[in-house]
Amino acid sequence: MSLHQHTLTELKALLDGGDISSRELTDYFLARIERFDGELNSFVTVTAEQARSEADTADALRSKGEIGLLNGLPIAHKDIFCTRGVRTSCGSRMLDNFISPYDATVVEKMRSAGAVMLGKTNMDEFAMGSSNETSFYGPVKNPWDLSRVPGGSSGGSAAAVAARLAPAATGTDTGGSIRQPAALTGITGLKPTYGTVSRWGMIAFASSLDQAGPMAQSAADCALLLQSMVGHDDKDSTSLNRPTDNYLADLDKPLAGLTVGLPEEFFPASLDGRIAELTRETARELERQGARVVSVSLPSVKLSVPAYYVIAPAEASSNLSRFDGVRYGYRCQDPVDLMDLYKRSRSEGFGDEVQRRILVGTYALSHGYYDAYYLRAQKVRRLISDDFARAFEKADVILGPTSPEVAFPLGAKKDDPVTMYMADVFTIAVNLAGLPALSMPAGMIDGLPAGVQLVGNYFREDQILNVANRYQQATDWHRQAPAFGGAQ
Amino acid sequence: MAIDQDTVLKVAHLARLHVSSEQSAALAGRLSDILNMVDELASADVDQIAPLAHPLDVSQPLRADVAEPADLRDRVLPLAAASEGGCFLVPRVIE
Repeated sequence: MSLHQHTLTELKALLDGGDISSRELTDYFLARIERFDGELNSFVTVTAEQARSEADTADALRSKGEIGLLNGLPIAHKDIFCTRGVRTSCGSRMLDNFISPYDATVVEKMRSAGAVMLGKTNMDEFAMGSSNETSFYGPVKNPWDLSRVPGGSSGGSAAAVAARLAPAATGTDTGGSIRQPAALTGITGLKPTYGTVSRWGMIAFASSLDQAGPMAQSAADCALLLQSMVGHDDKDSTSLNRPTDNYLADLDKPLAGLTVGLPEEFFPASLDGRIAELTRETARELERQGARVVSVSLPSVKLSVPAYYVIAPAEASSNLSRFDGVRYGYRCQDPVDLMDLYKRSRSEGFGDEVQRRILVGTYALSHGYYDAYYLRAQKVRRLISDDFARAFEKADVILGPTSPEVAFPLGAKKDDPVTMYMADVFTIAVNLAGLPALSMPAGMIDGLPAGVQLVGNYFREDQILNVANRYQQATDWHRQAPAFGGAQ
Repeated sequence: MAIDQDTVLKVAHLARLHVSSEQSAALAGRLSDILNMVDELASADVDQIAPLAHPLDVSQPLRADVAEPADLRDRVLPLAAASEGGCFLVPRVIE
């Protein structure tokens, strides 16, 4: 078995057993990035020199017995996380020249756990997109079919892990940006409960929805990564101050006594029958392991896409007002006055989709429209949250499809924003409610991976990771790798 | 709700985005598509519902009002396109 075919957990065992050094592992993955990423475009920046130095440090610490949870494991960070001394572009021309003066808390925590950063992954501009086609650095390709999208916005992280160019990566999820690309590339990804992972140094899109999480080959890998990412952070006022959970302890716990809820709204008549069937087959596998499957109802989730496309753009229009061409980021040439400097710097620095969302958000917050749009959307948000609360009275976890379709061709939806927005129809409600959810591969359709989503109750990441791990012990969908990269 | 070109230009100004008259026509169409989709919210009965701002209904914590040294100027100013004498430079504002 080649090194890249191992999961992160297995690589950790190889490091712990002294079978390989971090430096060897890091050189191995850097060589794969060099070999494959020209075609895949999953990295914006490869930090080879820094990675080798971090690997040497990890090896030195190991020889002294100072072995952090992620000691020596190479990972990639989505280019939305600030990394000190390394360009942090957020997929935008606006930040093409931005060398962050500080590290995001997630980056800092994972580094102190011993992780080695291979580089920064490509993404939809400011995380706004579901196909990775809005990046200033060009689209990422899906390693399962290079003519198709990897999903988005964490498309670079997903493609890099799927093609086995990195054993794991970080992502962020505002409306499905970890789970949908995970589903479209056949990997496992988890969005934690809102407030569990610090947002400090993670470039803000929609602050009440954004949450960082792990992307890797398996649920066990995600548990390992998440353990090093969580914790209260004084620098993020939305970071929750509560005891840290143990995500690794109950991974193997049997599923007897577990109740799995299937929401009827996640199986509309319009859903691809093959996706519906493989989701139901996943439920049957959980039943075979002793779980009970019940039907639940989430009547308001049909309003989650409209509510999201008010709330997220409104928060984005506010967050992105900081990009003014004055303090950092892109500045237009020869501004005639301050207003011209603001307007042209922003219009030349932001891409089309980002500008559309800023305009929608500004409109929704403007005088006379606030009640009709923003306030109403926030009320609908409570309806959605209440639906989930009722469902969790009947079920421990909720199961449904992650995405209504498998990876679609590059360019297929690029000029039709509303159709593109529907890619996140099953993932968005979870962000509005702030719940944790995980996507894992559960089958193949026409040679392309399809994923299912497990939604947990607040702070029950341990439970969805346990269910996913048990599923992955009985199946091998998460072990399937694309011919491009994965099998080479 | 459909919006027209004039509204697009007005909102673009509020958002400090440069939008030409030609671009505003195409944008009016795109933004109207999005707003029409969003209009589905009007079907929800939310009269008695309180808005939800934070998923866990947590209020904003405040830290102690204690000044901390923040000598960041040397790290932050080099990020600006133009600076001089420890200040950001912008086009002349006051004649």
